[in-house]
This record gives sequence, C-alpha cells and structure tokens, in this order.
Amino acid sequence: MPGMSMIVKTVARWLKGPILLLGIYFTVYGHLEHSGGFAGGVIIACAFILVFLAEGKTAENRLLSKNVAAGLSSVSALALLGLAAAGWFWGRGFFNNFLPTPAEDHFRLISSGLIMFYNLCISLMVATTLFVVFVILSAVKVVLPPGAHRDHALEDPEEA
Amino acid sequence: MTLELFLMILVVLMLISALIALETTNLLSSIISLGALGLLLCIAFLFLGALEIAITQIVVEVLLLIILIRATFHRDFQVQENHREKLGGILALVLIMLLGVFVSQLFIEFPAFGHSVMERFPDSPSAAYLADGLEKTGAPNIISAVLLDFRAFDALAQIAILFCAVIGALAILRRQPHKRTREQDRESDAA
Repeated sequence: MPGMSMIVKTVARWLKGPILLLGIYFTVYGHLEHSGGFAGGVIIACAFILVFLAEGKTAENRLLSKNVAAGLSSVSALALLGLAAAGWFWGRGFFNNFLPTPAEDHFRLISSGLIMFYNLCISLMVATTLFVVFVILSAVKVVLPPGAHRDHALEDPEEA
Repeated sequence: MTLELFLMILVVLMLISALIALETTNLLSSIISLGALGLLLCIAFLFLGALEIAITQIVVEVLLLIILIRATFHRDFQVQENHREKLGGILALVLIMLLGVFVSQLFIEFPAFGHSVMERFPDSPSAAYLADGLEKTGAPNIISAVLLDFRAFDALAQIAILFCAVIGALAILRRQPHKRTREQDRESDAA
C-alpha cells in the first residue's frame, strides 16, 4: 500500500500530535469531564490510523507494529483484570474501588480512586485493538484465481 | 416544542440518509451517507444534552467510516436485482403492522418527553447514583462513576469483546494455517 501525496503526509504530520493529545486528555480526564477511556482510546487509534493511511505500509512497523499492538492490548486487558482482582485483597470484593476518596480531593485530577486507572487500561486496550483490526482489514484482500467462482479466498499480500 | 421540532427534522434527515445508504448502487456513497446518518445522530444527542454519548458516537462513527472505506473500497461489488414477490411483500407489510400495534402499546408506558423515569420512581438506583455518586466514588462525571465503579462489569464485558476482536483479527492474518490433516489427527489419537 503506497502512501498518499506530500500534502496529505504533511497535514498528517502536523495533526497527529494534537489528535494524540486530545485522546490522552479525554482518557486522563475521563472521571472529571464528559469523556472517558473508550472515546479517548478511539481518538488515539484515529491518530495512528491517520499516519498509517498517509504514509503507507512502511509506517506500520516504524510507528506501532501489529504484534506490539496486540501485545499491548493483552497487557492492558490483564492490567484491568488485575486492578479488579486487587479489590479482593484490599477491598470488599471484585471491582471494589478500594482507594480512599476524601471530599477535599473532589474535582482534582488525582481523585476518585481506581476509576482513572480503569480509564487508562480501557483507553490503551481500545486504541491498540482498533489499530490491529484496522491494519489487518487493510492488509487482507480478496484474491481470486483466474476462472474461479466468487470464493472468498483470504490471502496475505506480503506472501503473494 | 422547538426541541421536538428540531429532533423531528433530524430524524427525517436520518431516515433519508439511511434510505440512500441502502438504495444507492455506489459503495462509497453508501458508506458516506452512513457517516451522515451517524453525524445527524450525534447532533440529536447534542440537542438532548447527552454530551458523553455524542462524543462516543462521533468518534466511533468517524473511525468506523475510515475502516469501512479502507476495507471495502477496492472490493469488487455486484448489484443484485431483486424481484420481490407480491405475496411476500404483503405478508411483510402485515407483519410490520402487527408489530407496530404491539410496540405502540409499549410506547404508552414510556414517560413523557423531557421527563425521566426517575420522576416516577424516586427511590430508583439511578436517583441514588446521582445523589451519592460524587460522595461514594469521588468522580464528578457520573457516567464514568456508574460505568467504572457501580456497574464495572460493563467495562469488563467491553474489554472481553475487544480482546475477542484482537484474537479474531490475528487469526485471520496468521502466517501458517493451523488446520490439521486427518493423518495428523490419527497420529495424535494413536499416541
């Protein structure tokens, strides 16, 4: 998959930082404002996909390789499970928000216990998962041998 | 009243874009009208004051649009002419009308526009969440508090779905097929 024209590449280079920043802001401020881990993660994935689309296939390994992204997604899922299971040991049960939430910390960034960490895990998971799915959807194409019927033969274009 | 008028206009526009997405023969214009549908839905959520859902809606819609365009743009695409039978059409119409009768009975139970269910049930859990949410979780965003503290299993299910998506995507693009032949199966059974 070749990249796009120079104009698209330049605009993508300018925009990827602000988009990433917006995604991180949505994630980190998920417990304070109208946002959350899911929306932030999708925006982060959008930044990666923008660069991937603009620069072409070469950007995939340089930016965030497919395997690394799949590993990060698994790690974040395990981290969320671990945070939830920590409630068994220090709290009252699974998914118990055991950190103290005193009233003087309300409306501050570091407040509301585990919700921010849950948001971070969900954001990382969503971003990496959507990136992996996008990379795979753009890499796989239907290859029909000559004379064949409409048979959905999935093939990796790198091997072909 | 003006809000309801706005919403009705938005719903009509949404219906039009959905019909265009269904009926057009060009794949790209179909996807783009799907995107217009999502954008209109997002505007409707904004009018209703559901900011969080509007953000999620627009973000997911944009990403979904890119993915759909990227994944389907180069696919070959055949338009199938469907000649629907007259009897089948009449049967479908009757079924839809029957369904409409039952669903309209359901609408009577709904609270009036602009009134929440909480007004009818003051001791419902949602009223308790709104009253004590900040106190109990420390999160001013009540939606986050409900999703990640009171009802955290929702997040767990979401993570499980995404994990399944990763596994499925990686299974599509693996290098070597894991399909075993019958000989291998027999050998492993004998061993």
